[in-house]
Amino acid sequence: MTERKIRVLVAKPGLDGHDRGAKVVARALRDAGMEVIYTGLRQTPEMIAEAALQEDVDVVGLSILSGAHMALVPRILELLKANGQTHVRVFVGGIIPDEDVPRLKEMGVTGVYGPGAPTEQIIAEIRAAVSGVAA
Amino acid sequence: MELAQSVLKGDRLALARLLSRVENDTPEGRQALDALFPHTGRAHLIGVTGAPGTGKSSLVNQLALGIRKQGQRVAIVAVDPSSPFTGGAVLGDRVRMRDLSGDSGVFIRSMASRGSLGGLAATTAAITQVFDAAGFEVILIETVGAGQSEVDIARLAHTTIVVEAPGLGDDIQAIKAGILEIADILVINKADRPGVETTERALKTMLELAHPVRKVFRHHGQVMELNGETVPQEGLWIPPVLRTVATDGRGIPELLEAIARHAAHLRSNGDWARRERARFQAEFDLRLQEMLMERFLANVPAQRLESALESIQLRKCSPREAVSLLINDKN
Repeated sequence: MTERKIRVLVAKPGLDGHDRGAKVVARALRDAGMEVIYTGLRQTPEMIAEAALQEDVDVVGLSILSGAHMALVPRILELLKANGQTHVRVFVGGIIPDEDVPRLKEMGVTGVYGPGAPTEQIIAEIRAAVSGVAA
Repeated sequence: MELAQSVLKGDRLALARLLSRVENDTPEGRQALDALFPHTGRAHLIGVTGAPGTGKSSLVNQLALGIRKQGQRVAIVAVDPSSPFTGGAVLGDRVRMRDLSGDSGVFIRSMASRGSLGGLAATTAAITQVFDAAGFEVILIETVGAGQSEVDIARLAHTTIVVEAPGLGDDIQAIKAGILEIADILVINKADRPGVETTERALKTMLELAHPVRKVFRHHGQVMELNGETVPQEGLWIPPVLRTVATDGRGIPELLEAIARHAAHLRSNGDWARRERARFQAEFDLRLQEMLMERFLANVPAQRLESALESIQLRKCSPREAVSLLINDKN
């Protein structure tokens, strides 16, 4: 019980109703020994930031298939920062055009994954990102 | 120390961080618990338990909404199971609690059971103490989806609500020992579904067996009296059986009213203090065991432990004999 568990919030901001990808990732992270807090569909940025605060997560995973990522992601990053959660690493999965990836990373997103991204890669990158953060 | 002070001042980020330290049982978390302890003892701890899929999370959501309307601050501790194989968990109770977001008088924390089998995690009680000290007047504790023996919640909560749903079992299930026995309030959720009368009858029959009451009735035209056995009726709490539909809020006002009545009952007959004392006794015993063991093992060379284990495995002595040898050898 001395090992510190990685806590991940998996959330779906915005209005698209497709959560299969989010569930597959949640399940994979569970099987990698992480504690995944799953919040369900149609979350506002405020709801996500508040849940991330209350759950004191290390990582927020956002699943966005609606194309609204360039509006939603900056807002969530901003709210996390405003809440003092500067240590939280944000990952984005879904349908993200290639040209948006560097822009998202510039804003502070740690990783972006499209369809078919191997879950092993996501797990490894989360582990690497979190181990660089002080407990 | 610093975190504890910030928590007392109402800092939500500090609260969230401290909850993690306490959940992980770190030295910092333990110190903060000690510092916060004098500020505890004000909250009403309400446990919600029942089989998976009976609607515990939705019911907690509705209860929290109702309690907020009465002006009290609510903390929710929602426990879900950890995988016994990987130690990971998916904690999904928040999905049913989206109505509560945006209200700063509500704080929801999900916990993985991390190997505990009693329906709660090992540090759930400590987590409730932090919320209590932070000034939350009501703490709702949702257990892992419980079967028949996950009864730890009854030791922790002042009021335990057991949630049933229609069609989950017959009257034999209802008289078995275990989870139904710990109920202070029985709720039949999903009461808009068929079979609710059958479930209600089974639960009420179970309660009548457990709490015999004096009955006067007519039999073949004669007045007959059937005395309840030995149980004194004065001051006895008989769990009410209530119907709710958590998805639309039906039955929730009645449930809130029953919770308030139960709290008043506990306070008036002294059970509030008695339950608290029993809980502290259990925690005291546990800490004593932990500390004695730690202190004892600190002075035993690893080699001696190893050889003790080996002689057990070789069937040279039983585990009890080996421990006895080790302890007596020390003195």
